[in-house]
Amino acid sequence: MKKVKGFWVFLILSIVLYGTVQLLINAGILNQFYSNTLIFIGINIILAVSLHLVIGITGQFSIGHAGFLAVGAYISAIFTMKLQLPFPIAILAGGIIAALAGLIVGIPSLRLKGDYLAIATLGFAEIIRIVFLNIDYVGGAAGMQVSHLTNWTYTFICLFITIVVIMNFTNSRHGRACISVRENEIAADAMGINTVYYKVIAFALGSFFAGIAGGLYAHNFYIIQPTNFGFLKSFDILIYVVLGGLGSLSGAVISAILLTLVSTFLQDYPETRMIIYSLVLVIVMLYRPQGLMGTREITDIFGKWKSVKSVKGGN
Amino acid sequence: MEWIQQLINGISLGSIYALIALGYTMVYGIIKLINFAHGEVFMIGAFVGFYAIAGWGLGFFPALILAMAVCAVFGVLIERIAYRRLRNASRIAALITAIGLSLLIQYVVIYVRGAQPEAYPDALSNKTFDIFGVQISSQSILILSVSIVLMILLQFIVHRTKIGKAMRAVSHDMDAARLMGINVNTTISATFAIGSALAGAAGVFFGVYYTKIEPLMGIIPGLKAFVAAVLGGIGIIPGAMVGGLVLGVVETIVSALGYSLWRDAAAFIILILILLFRPSGIFGKNAREKV
Repeated sequence: MKKVKGFWVFLILSIVLYGTVQLLINAGILNQFYSNTLIFIGINIILAVSLHLVIGITGQFSIGHAGFLAVGAYISAIFTMKLQLPFPIAILAGGIIAALAGLIVGIPSLRLKGDYLAIATLGFAEIIRIVFLNIDYVGGAAGMQVSHLTNWTYTFICLFITIVVIMNFTNSRHGRACISVRENEIAADAMGINTVYYKVIAFALGSFFAGIAGGLYAHNFYIIQPTNFGFLKSFDILIYVVLGGLGSLSGAVISAILLTLVSTFLQDYPETRMIIYSLVLVIVMLYRPQGLMGTREITDIFGKWKSVKSVKGGN
Repeated sequence: MEWIQQLINGISLGSIYALIALGYTMVYGIIKLINFAHGEVFMIGAFVGFYAIAGWGLGFFPALILAMAVCAVFGVLIERIAYRRLRNASRIAALITAIGLSLLIQYVVIYVRGAQPEAYPDALSNKTFDIFGVQISSQSILILSVSIVLMILLQFIVHRTKIGKAMRAVSHDMDAARLMGINVNTTISATFAIGSALAGAAGVFFGVYYTKIEPLMGIIPGLKAFVAAVLGGIGIIPGAMVGGLVLGVVETIVSALGYSLWRDAAAFIILILILLFRPSGIFGKNAREKV
C-alpha cells in the first residue's frame, strides 16, 4: 500500500515540477540559456540513470555508454532529417536500435568480467564511433545537421518514463536478480539465477534509455559529429554514476544535476572544468570510494520512508 | 617489395606499442590494475624529449635518457600518491582513479602549455637506405634497434637481478612475498619506474617518427598498447612485445590496403576477438576461477 502511495507522491511532485518550469518558460522568466540548461540536465540524468542500471544495480562495469548514445542520436536524426518522420517516433526508434546494439554488444562481451568487460565496452564504443565516422550517409567526420526539436516537455516526459521504469525494474523480481548478480555472481548462479540473462537484460535496457537520451541530445544541438561521442563522453556519464554512489539512483540524479550545472558555468574554461572534474573524481575515489550516497537513496533520509524502503529491499 | 617496406614500417610502429604495452603488462602483472595514466606518462616522455632537444639543444640519446628518467620519477609519484592507497580497494575504484588521473594529467598539461601541437625537431639525420629495392629509413632502424636493446635489458632485469626476482615473486603472490622478507612497496615502485621509463622512451620515438606531439596524444596509443598487452596475454612480458609488434603490423597493413580511417577500429576489433575467443591472450595460461 505504502509503495503505491509513494508512487503517487512522486507523480504529483513531478507534475508540479514540470508545470512550474513550463509556466516559467512560457512566462519568459526562464530565458533560453536556463531552459537549455534544464534540458541538458534532463538528458544527463537519463544517461546517468541508464548507466546506473548497468553499473550500480547489475555491477557490470561498462565504460562505453557514449556508443549507445551515439546510436540513438544518429538513428533518431536519420528518422527526422532523412525520413521526415515525427520526433516522438524518432526518439523511440533511436532507443530501440540502441537497445539492439546493446544486445549485440552485450551478448558476447558480458561473458567477460571486471577490467576486461570495461575494456571491451570501451572498444565497442570506439568501433561504433568509427563506423559513424566512415558512413557518408550521416555526414562522416563533418557531422549531420539536425533541426532543434527538443524542448522541456519532451525531455521531461522521457526523463519521467526513464526514472519510473528503472525504479520499478530495480524493485521487481528482475531487479533483485540483478542486484544479486552485483553482490556475488557465483552465488547468484548457484541460487538458480540465470546471470547471463539478467546481465544482458540490464545492459539492453540501459542502452535503450541511452538511445532515448541520444535522440534528445541530437535534436538539442543542431549538429552531431562523431567526435561528440568519444570516450570523454563515456567518462562524463561514468563520473555521474560513480560520484553519486554506485547503486544509488538518487545519487546518480543528484550528481548529474550538480555536475551539469558546474560544467555549464565553466563552459568558457574547458580545461579548468576538466581539471576540476578529474580532481573531484580522484579525490572521491581515494577518500570516499562508495561515492556521495553509497547505495542509499535520498528517500532513506526521511524517516517515514524507511518502511517503504525495507519493502523495496534496496539494501 | 612495397609490402616488405610496409612490414618494416609496421614493425617500427609496433615496437613503439610494445614499449608502452610492457609498462601496462608489468603493472597489471604486479598489482592487477589497468594503469590508464600510462598513456599520459608516454605523452610526458614525448614532451620532455621535445623540450630537451628543442629547448636545451641536447642530442637524441641524452634527450632519450632524460625523458626516461623523468618518466620513471613521474610513474613512481603516480603510484605513491594515488594507487598505493587503493591497493586493497575494489577494482572499480582503482580503475576509476586511473581514468581520473589520466584526465587530470592531460588537462593540467593543456592548462600549463596550451593544447596546440608541437613539431618535433629533427634530432636524427634521416637517411634512406636502398636494400634490394626496399626503402628503409635510418630512423625506423634506429627505433627498432633501440627498442630491442631496451627489451633485452628488461628481460635481463626481470630474470637476472634481485629486484627482478622480487618483482616476479610479488606478482605471483604478494602476501607470500611479503612474508619472505621482500619489500613489496619498493618492488612495486621499481615496477612503475621501469614501466614508465619504457613509456617515456616510446614517447620520444613517437615524436621522432611522427614529428607531431600534443597533450592528448597519449590516449589512442595508450589504448592500443593496452590492446597489445591483452593480445599477448596481460602480465606476460614477452606477450606484450609480440602483441605490440602484431598490432603495429596489422594496423599498417589495414592502412596500406586503403582503409586508413578504419585503422583505429582494427585494433579494437582485434581486442574484442581476442577477449571473446582467448581472453588469456596468445601466451596466457587459462586460470581456473576459484570460489
